[in-house]
Amino acid sequence: MHIVYPAVVSALLFSIGVYGVLARRNTILVLMSVELMLNAVNLNLVAFDVWLGDRLHSGQVLTLFVIVIAAAEVGVGLAIVLALYRNRRTVDLDYLRDLAEPADGPTPGNPTVTDQAQTQRHTTDDQPVERDHGDGRPAGRGGKS
Amino acid sequence: MTEAMPSYLSPTGQEIIFLLLGAVAVGSALLVVTTRQLVHAALWLVVTFGALAGCYLVLTAEFVAWVQVLIYVGAVIVLLLFGIMLTRAPIGRSTDLDSGNRPAAVVVALATAAILVTVVIDGFRMAYTPLTPGQGGAAELGGSIFSTWVLPFEALSVLLLAALIGAIVLSRTDITGANGTNQRGDGPNGLSRTDTPGGGSPPDQTGGH
Repeated sequence: MHIVYPAVVSALLFSIGVYGVLARRNTILVLMSVELMLNAVNLNLVAFDVWLGDRLHSGQVLTLFVIVIAAAEVGVGLAIVLALYRNRRTVDLDYLRDLAEPADGPTPGNPTVTDQAQTQRHTTDDQPVERDHGDGRPAGRGGKS
Repeated sequence: MTEAMPSYLSPTGQEIIFLLLGAVAVGSALLVVTTRQLVHAALWLVVTFGALAGCYLVLTAEFVAWVQVLIYVGAVIVLLLFGIMLTRAPIGRSTDLDSGNRPAAVVVALATAAILVTVVIDGFRMAYTPLTPGQGGAAELGGSIFSTWVLPFEALSVLLLAALIGAIVLSRTDITGANGTNQRGDGPNGLSRTDTPGGGSPPDQTGGH
């Protein structure tokens, strides 16, 4: 077995994972892409373990450890996503910008502090996109700064 | 390690099978990140993980292959499907699964792929190893884990326990913070409770415990 084959497959999988993490908007899809990247690393570990003929099997043991850590990561990540969904009614990463720098101009669909009163009147809406239909106030960061 | 390298033009049966499985894995991974349906992404991920388990089998890592099937295909996919359903994701086609920085993501991913593939091919062009079966069975791996790698194994069990407790604490709603308020809902600007009327217990509307 040429070692180039698993190495190239793993490099392609890693790049696909990078694309998914950067391009996807849903948090669960981002978690799936992280899993793809971890699997690329696993394939590399197994291939190089076979190539080097390690007597301690460090590559395969480390693959098992990575699999376990990936399982723990998915568990905690999904708990975080569910808590987020419970509090925000959305898991779209584009709307979760509270830790971002104050952008120049209003970010579309950003639920901010000033919309709290309006939001509590519209308690049944699932989408926080159009929050500016209360009294004509723009949905930007009105009185934040 | 690099003895008597055969030509690339006469691949063995193992290499052909590995390349086919790798093509399946890469193709279904592409479908994972490009599909328009959330549930289909999870199901294509099953195909990717299964093909990768086949790759491990070809690489004589049998135990890793079965652990991959058990944990990834069995547990992680089910967890992801649970997450999809509990967040009430739309079943069916949805148009807004990609964010606005998709062109930048394409550029970054293509650059990453180009650099990694170039470096890997350049570095390991001459690397070859014959595959001898029996190197990755449960007996060998078990002996290795419980003799050499015992300490990381135990540390990993503690990490799993911590992750378990963390997930429970994150997903329970009746655990209150030090000041008697909800632990997750008391952000500094009160943003977190904007969707619940009167700041009551949040999961009443979701029904998702």
